[in-house]
Amino acid sequence: MAQIFHPSTNTLSRVTIFGALFLIIGLLWLLAQINRSPYVTDVNVVRAQPVPFSHQHHVSGIGIDCRYCHKSVENSSFAGIPSTSTCMNCHAHIWTNSEMLEPVRESFRTGRPLRWTRVHDLPDFVYFNHSIHVQKGVGCVTCHGRVDLMPLMRQAESLQMEWCLACHRAPARFVRPREHVFQMDWVPSIDQQDLGEELVRKYNIRVEQLTDCSICHR
Amino acid sequence: MTEPVIDKPTASATHDVIGPGHTFGSVTDKISVIVLTQKTPQGWWIGFGLSFLLVMVLFYAITYLLAAGVGIWGVNVPVAWGFAIVNFVWWIGIGHAGTLISAILLLLRQRWRTSINRFAEAMTLFAVACAGIFPLIHLGRPWFFYWLFPYPNPMGIWPQFRSPLVWDVFAVSTYATVSLLFWYIGLIPDLATLRDRARHRFARMAYGILAMGWRGSAIHWHRYETAYLLLAGLATPLVVSVHTIVSFDFAVGIVPGWHSTIFPPYFVAGAIYSGFAMVMTLAIPLRAAYRLQDLITMRHLDNMAKVLLTTGLIVAYGYLMETFFAWYSGNEFEMYMMANRLAGPYAPMYWALLFCNIIVPQVLWFPRLRAHVPLLFIVALIVNIGMWLERYIIVVTSLHRDFLPSSWGMYSGTIWDWATFVGTIGLFLALLFLFIRLLPMISIFEMRELVHTEESERN
Repeated sequence: MAQIFHPSTNTLSRVTIFGALFLIIGLLWLLAQINRSPYVTDVNVVRAQPVPFSHQHHVSGIGIDCRYCHKSVENSSFAGIPSTSTCMNCHAHIWTNSEMLEPVRESFRTGRPLRWTRVHDLPDFVYFNHSIHVQKGVGCVTCHGRVDLMPLMRQAESLQMEWCLACHRAPARFVRPREHVFQMDWVPSIDQQDLGEELVRKYNIRVEQLTDCSICHR
Repeated sequence: MTEPVIDKPTASATHDVIGPGHTFGSVTDKISVIVLTQKTPQGWWIGFGLSFLLVMVLFYAITYLLAAGVGIWGVNVPVAWGFAIVNFVWWIGIGHAGTLISAILLLLRQRWRTSINRFAEAMTLFAVACAGIFPLIHLGRPWFFYWLFPYPNPMGIWPQFRSPLVWDVFAVSTYATVSLLFWYIGLIPDLATLRDRARHRFARMAYGILAMGWRGSAIHWHRYETAYLLLAGLATPLVVSVHTIVSFDFAVGIVPGWHSTIFPPYFVAGAIYSGFAMVMTLAIPLRAAYRLQDLITMRHLDNMAKVLLTTGLIVAYGYLMETFFAWYSGNEFEMYMMANRLAGPYAPMYWALLFCNIIVPQVLWFPRLRAHVPLLFIVALIVNIGMWLERYIIVVTSLHRDFLPSSWGMYSGTIWDWATFVGTIGLFLALLFLFIRLLPMISIFEMRELVHTEESERN
């Protein structure tokens, strides 16, 4: 009886069997990479805004403190988006004819707030509170990156749960003295771990509670 | 289907594992012709068509479930585990007979396993496939089912390894994998036989690819035997472990009616019990329809009936001990749970379960009744129903009256619960119909081996 298959089928079947194994592993690896890539997390992706506001210019150029605009960051869950009148404190006097700032002036005239596109958007089942983080010595830069170097606002970190937990499991690696929370270029003068452990004690940060589900998911 | 054949318990028929007068050739012909015949029997089309209709019902029910959510089912507080878990346990249990027959009976060198192991293993696979559907679709968001697996996820957390529900994932997926490998490796020599006998070019190609280049050389047989024995060894603990872990899903919970140390052995016995009942439910019509009475002989049915009786008695012991310890515990909630089972709103189901699982199988004590094929079929069918009722009683009566009377409630399945359940029965049967049409339902080469050993014993 004639052979059904050509002799090359032997090689082909061996290659496909072993190849399938690597293909599956490769696909899983690819999925894991995509899941952590800016395609999913939006890290470093600049969003279109009604006005191309530059944190770089306002923070490092002019030297405005974070709390001038984000004024509720120390005592509210929400850091606060400045009202148009906050912008107009200055822009009633400078750049008054700038084309770029027309939406701000229009908002001021009509009383209709600017509709900024939210850059740091957590899922609704996460209860994030700015004030507790500020009170316990988590610097703005730790989560938001060097905004003083960002001409246009973008996410510096993934905001994925593993990223939150990296700090909640070992806060000593990140906390800083309260007085330096709003300082963009702060670096620890001694070893961060030693300083962090001391601050965790000093600020009464109870690490054993920080990974309870209900800390973030209420 | 023709009218059922009643076999007379003649001396040879009860003792032989294969009918007289068979040769290597006749065995091969008889089994392979069912697959290789060009014309599909009309009965097959009717059976497959009806099952396929039910598969469509299943798809419809699942699609609606995905669109609307689990609210379409009858589950609610306090009975949050309903049909999905009942059916899961029922199907998983049914699968156990296949593994027992193929692994443990192989290691114990029980020759009578030969003609029933192939389709019992296929039945296992299809039952596990049906079982696997339920835990997936009963998740609130089934599309996140992969969260059950421990993998480096961006949430930075692992599943709760102390939970039996996670052990279940491993138990069931291991079980499915090992069963599939075992079944497939056992099929390889037969696939080669089909490849060599098939006329149609497509059939030759298909069986040829599946046979993986089997030529039947001594080295092939040597490796085959080694692999098969190793897999049998691997599958043996699974017979016990899978349903033990399924029982932990209940026993680990501090719920009266679930929190009981007898659960693991009692679940394993129940699994084998229901599995053998299902094997008989399938084997009896199959041997009649395809005239396989000389391959699946009265000896097989007799032995299976005995296994059914034995495991049924173990299960009966389980019920007895459950009741006894509810009383002996002196715990008011345990005692109330049992009183509620015996006389509460679900009492008719409980008594029906005792009737199906304990009273009816007692007829199997009598050799004359064990030789009555239609009776065996009816008993097996009743045991199947009884085992489903058992799981329903365990899940529902333990939950529906919580510790506080303020959280009492009643449960019943909705039309969607029933549609999903009946749909999986359709899926199971449809897969089985495809299997008997496309693959040899009895192991050809093992039957040839049997012809050889029987012959040498006779001479």
